[in-house]
Amino acid sequence: MRLALKELRRRPGRFGVATVILTLIAILLMFLGGLLDGLTAGNTGAIRAQQADLIVFSATSQDSLVRSRIDPEQRRKVEQVDGVKTVGEIGSVQLGGRIEGRGLRDLVPVVLFGYQAASKGLPAPPTSLGEAWADDSLEAEGIEQGDMILVGPARSPVKVTGFVSDTRYAGQSTLWASLETWRKVQNENRPDARVAPGVSQALVVQAPAANQAGLATRIDEATGGNTSSLTEDEAINALPGVSSQQSVFNQIIGLTVLIAIIVVALFFALITVERIGLYGVLKALGAGSGTLFAGVLLQAVIVTLIASVIGALAALAFAAAIPAGSIPFIATGPRIAGSTFFLLLAAVIGCAFSLRRVLKVDPATAIGGGQ
Amino acid sequence: MSEPSSTPALEMEAVRKVYEVADEEVVALDHADLSLGSDEILALVGPSGSGKTTLCSIAGGILSPTEGKVVVGGKDISGYSSKQLTEFRRDSVGFVFQTVNLIPFLTARENLLIVDEISSRDRKRASRRADQLLEELGLTDRADNLPSQLSGGQKQRVAIGRSLMNEPALVLFDEPTSALDTKLGDQMVKLIREEMKSRGTAAIIVTHDDRITSYADRTVHITDGRLEA
Repeated sequence: MRLALKELRRRPGRFGVATVILTLIAILLMFLGGLLDGLTAGNTGAIRAQQADLIVFSATSQDSLVRSRIDPEQRRKVEQVDGVKTVGEIGSVQLGGRIEGRGLRDLVPVVLFGYQAASKGLPAPPTSLGEAWADDSLEAEGIEQGDMILVGPARSPVKVTGFVSDTRYAGQSTLWASLETWRKVQNENRPDARVAPGVSQALVVQAPAANQAGLATRIDEATGGNTSSLTEDEAINALPGVSSQQSVFNQIIGLTVLIAIIVVALFFALITVERIGLYGVLKALGAGSGTLFAGVLLQAVIVTLIASVIGALAALAFAAAIPAGSIPFIATGPRIAGSTFFLLLAAVIGCAFSLRRVLKVDPATAIGGGQ
Repeated sequence: MSEPSSTPALEMEAVRKVYEVADEEVVALDHADLSLGSDEILALVGPSGSGKTTLCSIAGGILSPTEGKVVVGGKDISGYSSKQLTEFRRDSVGFVFQTVNLIPFLTARENLLIVDEISSRDRKRASRRADQLLEELGLTDRADNLPSQLSGGQKQRVAIGRSLMNEPALVLFDEPTSALDTKLGDQMVKLIREEMKSRGTAAIIVTHDDRITSYADRTVHITDGRLEA
């Protein structure tokens, strides 16, 4: 092992090409992961901000917020289900927002939510009609606290009282208002989809952990099968495009890891071939195959770790440098750690292709060609 | 000078090594009987392909015989497994290869210590032994040089030092003068004899250089895998 470390320190150029290639792969991996996380966050922030134990849609809505309608009677039934702690209503409408100083056709797509329950992700809704919290991605559009946004064809005025973070929905910025504000804006701008007082699109249910087992089923039974209760993860996966987006990205990420395995395998196979003479001598001197292979593995792991660190720093620097709301990119600890783990796994698997060659090295080759 | 041990350094009885090559049997070593005293220097002379490297490899625990008995320093290694032979080579045998084969990115001192690193033994003791050997071989001021910074003769001396690190019962020299000119070759052979005799260590020197035979206690010829007296 010490021999392997000495070789790395004294002959760094030997490993330069592999390090550069693996660094590029690490950067690619972390950027793909960061983009996936950014896009996912941009799609799912509004759902995650509820921090719901369950989200209840109408059964005929196919788990779509836009198609779902929950009336006061259904809400009452849900509240009475054993194990339910709190129930809050939520509704949404997707419209174009006009910002002062911009052209008539220069609209900012926004989703205006009406909600009841505060959570760690959202403060209590503004009490005044026509006021809303704005997702901080709207700051990139030049919106400031106190500004007025004219929403929809009816140009319903919504005043920005402050900002919240990580609440985007379906890739769009969001406004968070009271249920009354939401119904008013919905009815003014979507006369074909009016909502009556007391009607919402979904219910946000909180329940103590001990009561959560089977709660979704109990709620749907209590409403006579007229609701579809989903966990937060299920609601996220039901969002249009989220699953397919994750699937596509994960396939690309998987392919990138496979390329990393091939790079490590090829490089260290080449190095092993170059070192067959040296391995023959070391085996003649009494080094076991396990010791020699451990050295190869250690070098692969160290080279991969260096590449991962550079990739991580590049991802963090990029995340810090990009303007908010410009590119959907997030560099998170779990993603960086996960990418590093897969790269190290690739290094170990790639090295395994050299194991057989190391095992086959004949110490007799060190002596006169080994007749 | 160390007192010679009464245990022979090497005893080979009816040793045979046969290879299967394209469905034919090739006899590399045929019924070899050889005995070597604990501090005896033997010159093994023969043409290319005569089996001298095979004999050395068997004596050094690199190859196992097809038949026969091999005892080195009192250890019967005839039936050793691959793992046992690896440990045996680490602990009981020294090699000086024809092409020297120092590790190019290690200093002279570190090349001596490689044996200890492989076996993870007492590092301090190994360090003291390395320094002692370097001094005896006149290489103290070259201890921190890489092989690329050493002359051919200096590299050979480092290789000799490496072969003696584990205090072996037997050292095997494979054509030690083949890469050296006449003068250096003479110096090398003298050095080998001095080092082996001062330590009471037995040695087999594989060679086709007649100069070596005059420095050896005994010369054995090998032709087509058979030893001649």
